[in-house]
Amino acid sequence: MLPLLLLTPQVLVTALFFFWPAWQAVYQSLFIQDPFGLKSQFVGLGNFEFLLGDPYYRASFRTTAIFSSFVTVASMGFALWLAVMADRLIKGSGAYRTLLIWPYAVAPAVAGVLWLFMFNTRVGVISWYLEQAGYDWNHVLNPNEAMGLVVIASSWGRISYNFLFFLAGLQAIPNSVIEAAAIDGAHFWKRFWTIVFPLLSPTTFFLLVVNVVYAFFETFGVIHTITTGGPQQATTILVYKVYSDGFVGQDLGSSAAQSVILLVVVGILTIIQFRYIERRVHY
Amino acid sequence: MSGMVEKRGSGYWLTHAGLILGVLVVFFPIYLAFVASTVTQPEIVRPPMPLIPGRHFFENYREALVSGINAPVARMLFNSTVMALGIALGKIIISILSAFAIVYFRFPFRQTFFWLIFLTLMLPVEVRIVPTYQVAANFGLLNSYPGLILPLIASATATFLFRQFFLTVPDELAEAARVDGAGPMRFFIDILLPMSRTNIAALFVILFIYGWNQYLWPLLITTDPQMNTIVMGIKQMFPSGDDIANWPVIMATAMLAMLPPVAVVIFMQKLFIKGLIETEK
Repeated sequence: MLPLLLLTPQVLVTALFFFWPAWQAVYQSLFIQDPFGLKSQFVGLGNFEFLLGDPYYRASFRTTAIFSSFVTVASMGFALWLAVMADRLIKGSGAYRTLLIWPYAVAPAVAGVLWLFMFNTRVGVISWYLEQAGYDWNHVLNPNEAMGLVVIASSWGRISYNFLFFLAGLQAIPNSVIEAAAIDGAHFWKRFWTIVFPLLSPTTFFLLVVNVVYAFFETFGVIHTITTGGPQQATTILVYKVYSDGFVGQDLGSSAAQSVILLVVVGILTIIQFRYIERRVHY
Repeated sequence: MSGMVEKRGSGYWLTHAGLILGVLVVFFPIYLAFVASTVTQPEIVRPPMPLIPGRHFFENYREALVSGINAPVARMLFNSTVMALGIALGKIIISILSAFAIVYFRFPFRQTFFWLIFLTLMLPVEVRIVPTYQVAANFGLLNSYPGLILPLIASATATFLFRQFFLTVPDELAEAARVDGAGPMRFFIDILLPMSRTNIAALFVILFIYGWNQYLWPLLITTDPQMNTIVMGIKQMFPSGDDIANWPVIMATAMLAMLPPVAVVIFMQKLFIKGLIETEK
């Protein structure tokens, strides 16, 4: 009896707020509902068929792919560059670490507001200087600039996390390996690309998966604060579309079907992550 | 790869310069927000805004905290504190209890429970928002603290972490406790909990930040401005039409929204890094 009692709180919360809603998502995805939920009509896989043929939904897939690739590459690249430099220092890398890790604590939504402020078309400092330089910045109207801005804001918030893991990975590489190469006369960048970077690949791969998950699911706050998915849905990533179709558009069947598709995506990403971590333990 | 190689070369100062540049890039948005929170609205709306702090710090922060725009920011800070503490403590309590049950007891369907908890890893709230909202609404949880907290406290990650840790605790301890006539709960409270102290603390740091920074869920569940959390409340402070936003007050609010989690990271850096690397999520 005791063990079941101990499990009860977690099982209860999980059942009520995880499994029941997930089941509801699957169930609702098979119906078309009117906005008040009074009438619903069974349509089988109709919602899915409609979604897969819907140009807006396909565009959202493409947007998500572009957005998450840029966010992953930008924040990992910048973080790796910083970590390599911090690792070259014998003293003081701890101080830089302290200076660089705290943006982890800044919420994506707050990061969104900070960058919105800098690029605001009326009062933004950066947009003002761009204008002086002859470039008319307007992310409210220009889809590419909107995408650029949400990518920068999302990557900025992620630098700390990637930096921390890259630095730990670099510091775990034995000095003897590097010194042997140095004695052989290999220069810094040659050593980096031929020895260090391959040895760092477990960290890099792990971060790749984690950053894609981040870009997919945790950047809602950035998008909602900066662009609300616009202009012309240019920054409507999949998670944002579930929200806007479900809550703003009140199209519950379609939103539920999108949730189910996302469940499959999360499932695949989780499996990749776990198989990978399993190997990482033995590395 | 630090160490004997290239202790001081021509690259030494270049390395520092590069790092300082990186730090400046990371700091600049926050610095600008701070400056904006210390100047007046007219100074901001006539660009370019000043790049050094002004003299209206107390004025702006007082206005934000006491009156805010839709609700006093002090109220939103309180709501965020309740939510973050509720999520962090709630997750820790339910996960440590279930991990204890799974590791130290043999009972029917033990593996089934384990997998049920494991599966929740695959269901982030962002994915199941509409039906979760409906469940919460049916329970009358809109605009309430339980509504902000409960749907977010089930956590496979925390359960795993405790399970992993419990598996490393030598069996002899449990046996010794049994020989001494201590029941399972005595063993849990007197031996296991004290041993888990650092793990609990590290997890608390990560979960507090996670809870504080929630955005989508509070956005759905709190329609009453008095129940808004600070992170989601900032966006609500922007005017809907063409009016100009009250930037000094909004930026003061943004600074206040960052302060608690950033302070946690800086002052509990060791625990934070430990928590981050162990949860890996």
